[in-house]
Amino acid sequence: MKPEQDGKAIDVQGLHKSFGALEVLRGIDFSVARGEVVCVIGPSGSGKSTLLRCVNLLEEPSAGRVTVAGTEVTDPDVDIDRVRRRIGMVFQAFNLFPHLTALENLTIAQRRVLGRGRAEAERTARAHLERVGLGDKAAAYPAQLSGGQQQRVAIARALSMDPELMLFDEPTSALDPELVGDVLAVMRSLARDGMTMLVVTHEMSFAREVADRVVFMDGGVIVEEGTPEQVVGAPRHERTRAFLARVLDPAAAEVGEADEVP
Amino acid sequence: MPLSGQLSRRQRARIFRGAQYGVLVVAVAVFALVADWHQLRTAFFDVEIAKAMFPDIITTALVNTVLYTLLGFGFGLALGLVLALMRLSSVPPYRWIAITYIEFFRGIPALLVFIALGFGVPLAFEVALDMNITVMLSLGLVGAAYMAETIRAGIQAVPKGQMEAARSLGMSHGRAMVSIVIPQAFRIVLPPLTNELILLTKDSSLVYLLGLSLTQVELANFGRDALNEHKSLTPILVAGLLYLVITVPLGQLVRRLEARTAKAR
Ligand SMILES: Nc1ncnc2c1ncn2[C@@H]1O[C@H](COP(=O)(O)OP(=O)(O)OP(=O)(O)O)[C@@H](O)[C@H]1O
Ligand SMILES: [Mg+2]
Repeated sequence: MKPEQDGKAIDVQGLHKSFGALEVLRGIDFSVARGEVVCVIGPSGSGKSTLLRCVNLLEEPSAGRVTVAGTEVTDPDVDIDRVRRRIGMVFQAFNLFPHLTALENLTIAQRRVLGRGRAEAERTARAHLERVGLGDKAAAYPAQLSGGQQQRVAIARALSMDPELMLFDEPTSALDPELVGDVLAVMRSLARDGMTMLVVTHEMSFAREVADRVVFMDGGVIVEEGTPEQVVGAPRHERTRAFLARVLDPAAAEVGEADEVP
Repeated sequence: MPLSGQLSRRQRARIFRGAQYGVLVVAVAVFALVADWHQLRTAFFDVEIAKAMFPDIITTALVNTVLYTLLGFGFGLALGLVLALMRLSSVPPYRWIAITYIEFFRGIPALLVFIALGFGVPLAFEVALDMNITVMLSLGLVGAAYMAETIRAGIQAVPKGQMEAARSLGMSHGRAMVSIVIPQAFRIVLPPLTNELILLTKDSSLVYLLGLSLTQVELANFGRDALNEHKSLTPILVAGLLYLVITVPLGQLVRRLEARTAKAR
């Protein structure tokens, strides 16, 4: 890893984002240190995905600065493709390329973007498939894999680009409950190896165990942040408490109390 | 509820089906009795005339039909892809050009394009276009308008997450289009594109307008010449059957491809 002036992997300042008249992010300031694992929690529609997507510029911020590993991505002159290579992203819906095998999903960007030769790309790809426990699925097409396997291939695909940080947007929300564990296990091992991770999740036990810091968002602002013990264990704000009560015991929610239970 | 003396639903269905077969048998019988079989046979199924058409109708006419169709399809597909990308461009003038082109060539008869390129261009510009080029341009210019709309729909049918995943791996927009979006779009539009190939096969008969030399005749033209020579409809029937030899398998292919896409979803 290159030494950075302040050791920050992600730095967000005064971030605003509107879709037409709808203001989704209303002034976000926060940062992620190198090697840190930060979990973002919050009710549906609070802007968690939008925040994540502003970090790699899949959404264009309306105002504010976003800096990733020392490069300001909101600079109009930035080579965004070059920055995105350094940021791995994992989507809720996996978004594997269905016309390519698992192995080809991992090699295509290595070859077309990084210019690696076939042999090197395949070697890297196989190592990463092995790492997520799918060494035997190299030749399988996404449609032949379970949701949990697809998500692990998607993680391996992002890792194949040797990213400096990883963004996860509810990586287990689309999975059957019995498949969630395998994906979380891969993420846990990544965190152990020192990967910088920004994770939007509803898996509170994962957040408690793995996160260095938990950020609670509601209504387009950060309501509170701190260690998992603070935010999940002893929340200071009423909105955080109400949200956690719903997430930790969904059956207890009353009709009308919450518009959407995650 | 079936009351006593009334028919059950199953009985009624059986009688109804029996009546349908009955009508069919009567109609066939009447036709067989009334028709003048001798005249029908000489007009449509004259084996001697049919035999005389072979092997030229295969080695020249069928081959030329396939050649003209493929020339038009290849050019039309390439131009159609360019038009589809222009239609989806973020630069407004490209969209306008593509829309105008598509509306224009979908709105005029293909026949007019053949006349324009076959006679209009050579007269106006005093150039003689090669026969194959004329056919390729005429069929392709019209086919491209239809294929552009098909391909555009296919590109838009690829989920947005595919482009986002490709971009988040650092691919440029163009690279993501070429490596990720367009290959998937073509899978989606393979059935309608094959249908377009069937339509072009039939439209290739329009070259008869251009006046063809002996080595250039295609199926329709060949049939027409033989009709004049033999004063029999047999050549037209044979030519028609040979079109089916091309189009029916293509139609089957479309159905197979559609079934495959349905299964993959
Ligand atoms: N491209 C878009 N155009 C218009 N509105 C959008 C767009 N993307 C998101 N929104 C809106 O922005 C708001 C925040 O969306 P976002 O996806 O960031 O929420 P979230 O916190 O990730 O919610 P969830 O937990 O449901 O994923 C929502 O009201 C959503 O409808
Ligand atoms: Mg979201």
